Amino acid sequence: MSKVVGLRCRECGAEYELQATHVCEMCFGPLDAVYDMAVMKNLVKRERIESGPKSMWRYRDLLPVEDSVNVVTLGEGFTPLVKADRLGAELGLTNLYLKNDSMNPTNSFKDRVVSVAISWARAHGFETIACASTGNLANAVAAYAARAGLECFVFIPVDLEPAKVAAISVFDPNLVAVRGNYDEVNRLCSQLVESTPWAFCNINIRPFYAEGSKTLTFETAEQLGWKLPDEIIIPIASGCQFVRHRQAARELIEYGLVRSDRVPAFTGAQALGCSPVYNAFISDTPDRVLPVKPNTIARSIAIGNPSDGVYVNRIARETGGVVEAVTEEEIVDAMRLLARTEGIFTETAGGVTIGVLTKLARAGRWKGDEVVVAYVTGHGLKTADVLASANGHARRVEIEPTMKSFREKVTI
Amino acid sequence: MAQFRIPGPLRRLSDGQVTVPVEAADLASAIEALDARYPGFRDRLLDENGELRQFVNVYLNDEDVRLGSGLQEKVGADDEISIVPAVAGGVS
Repeated sequence: MSKVVGLRCRECGAEYELQATHVCEMCFGPLDAVYDMAVMKNLVKRERIESGPKSMWRYRDLLPVEDSVNVVTLGEGFTPLVKADRLGAELGLTNLYLKNDSMNPTNSFKDRVVSVAISWARAHGFETIACASTGNLANAVAAYAARAGLECFVFIPVDLEPAKVAAISVFDPNLVAVRGNYDEVNRLCSQLVESTPWAFCNINIRPFYAEGSKTLTFETAEQLGWKLPDEIIIPIASGCQFVRHRQAARELIEYGLVRSDRVPAFTGAQALGCSPVYNAFISDTPDRVLPVKPNTIARSIAIGNPSDGVYVNRIARETGGVVEAVTEEEIVDAMRLLARTEGIFTETAGGVTIGVLTKLARAGRWKGDEVVVAYVTGHGLKTADVLASANGHARRVEIEPTMKSFREKVTI
Repeated sequence: MAQFRIPGPLRRLSDGQVTVPVEAADLASAIEALDARYPGFRDRLLDENGELRQFVNVYLNDEDVRLGSGLQEKVGADDEISIVPAVAGGVS
C-alpha cells in the first residue's frame, strides 16, 4: 500500500494527485506531501527504526519514498549529536547539544533533502536533476546525481566561493554560473522549470525534497533517548527546513515515538546582512516578509526573498521560539568560539546559528538547565576564506628550524 | 504595450497565452487590465486588502516590484511584467 497519497496546499487545502509540482494553482501556496495516516500508524514503530541502517534512511517509513524504491544514498544522516559541555559552560547552559550535520557526505545538511529528492525523481522516471543553489545544495545535487548516474544541471550565482565551486565541479555536472544573486538564479530556474523535463530539487519536486529535512529532528530525538529537546535553533534561509522540523516533532508525538506531547520551541537564526524573516518577526506585521538584497558572508543562507518566511514566524511564535539575527563580526566570532570550545569547524551559516545561540544565552533567555539543541548545518572548509581575511591568528609565531629560535620565540 | 508573462499554473486563465499585452500606466492598473481581458487574475494576484499575495512574485523588467514601489510601480510601453510563483531554495 502507498504511504504518500497526494499533495495538499498548505494555504487553501486544495488537493492534487502525486506529481512533480510545488505550487497551488488556486492560491500559489506551497504544496506538501500527504500521507495515508492509517498506513503510517501501522508502519511507524521504534523497533523498525532502531533496526534500520545507521543513516537517515532508518526513518524511511516517515519519508515520501515507497519501500519498492531503490534509494540513492551516500550514507547521509545519523550525524553526531554532541553534548557541548565546554561551549555550554561559556554560555551558562548545562544541557546544550550540537547536531553536527557538517559530517554528512558532502559536508552539509543538504545531503538529507537531496537523497530523498533524487530517489523520488529517479523512481518517477526523471533523467535529469537540477537545482538553483547558494552552493551547498549544488554540491549535494552534483554528488548524488553522479552516484545515481543521472544528468545534472546546477545553477549558481557567478560569484560563489571558490571552495564551493571546486567541490561542485569535481562531480562534473553541467554548471551554469548566473550573473546575479541567488534570488535571481532561483527566479530563472522557477521559469525554466516550465520548459524543461527536469526535476529541480528545490522547485518542482520540493514537496518531497523538503521532507528529507525531518530526519534531522527525528535523529535528534532518538539520540536524546527518544525525547524532544526544549528548544532547537535553526538557521533560516528560505525557511523550508524550519517548517519541516516542527512537522517532524509533531510526527514523533503523533506516532508515539516520543512520550512528550509538547513540541520544542523553534528558534530561527539569520545574518543581519540578510534578515528578511527577522525584520518581519520584530515588526508589527510578522505575516508580511518583505524581500531584501542580501549582503552577508553567510552566503549559503543569503536568501532575500524567502518563500517560507511567514511560516517561520508563525511557528516561532506558536512554539515559544524567537527569530534573532547577528552581525558579520558575531558570525566569525561564533565560528571561532565553536571551534575553540568544541573542536567543530562550521561554515558561516553555522556561525549564524551559534552566534544567535550565544546572543540569546547572554541575554538571559534560559535558566540554564533546559535541553537546547543547535543545528550546525555545514562544514567550515566551505567558507574558510572568511577566516583567512579576518584579523589573522594571535597565537601564531613563525620561527627558524632551530632549537634556539624556538626557545626565543615560543612561550611554553 | 506592456507585456505580462503568465506562468504555467495560471495559463488556464489566459486561454494558454504565455504573454498578454496590456495598456496601463502602473502595475495596479496593468493587473486591472489583465483581469478585464481574462477574468480571475485579480483574485489570484491580489489578496482581500488589494495587496500582492504573499506567494506571488511580480517582476518589472527583472526587478522584484516589492523592492521598488510595489503596485504603484510605473509601467512603460516596452516593459515586461513577469508573474512568478514563490519557491523555496538555498540551504536552509
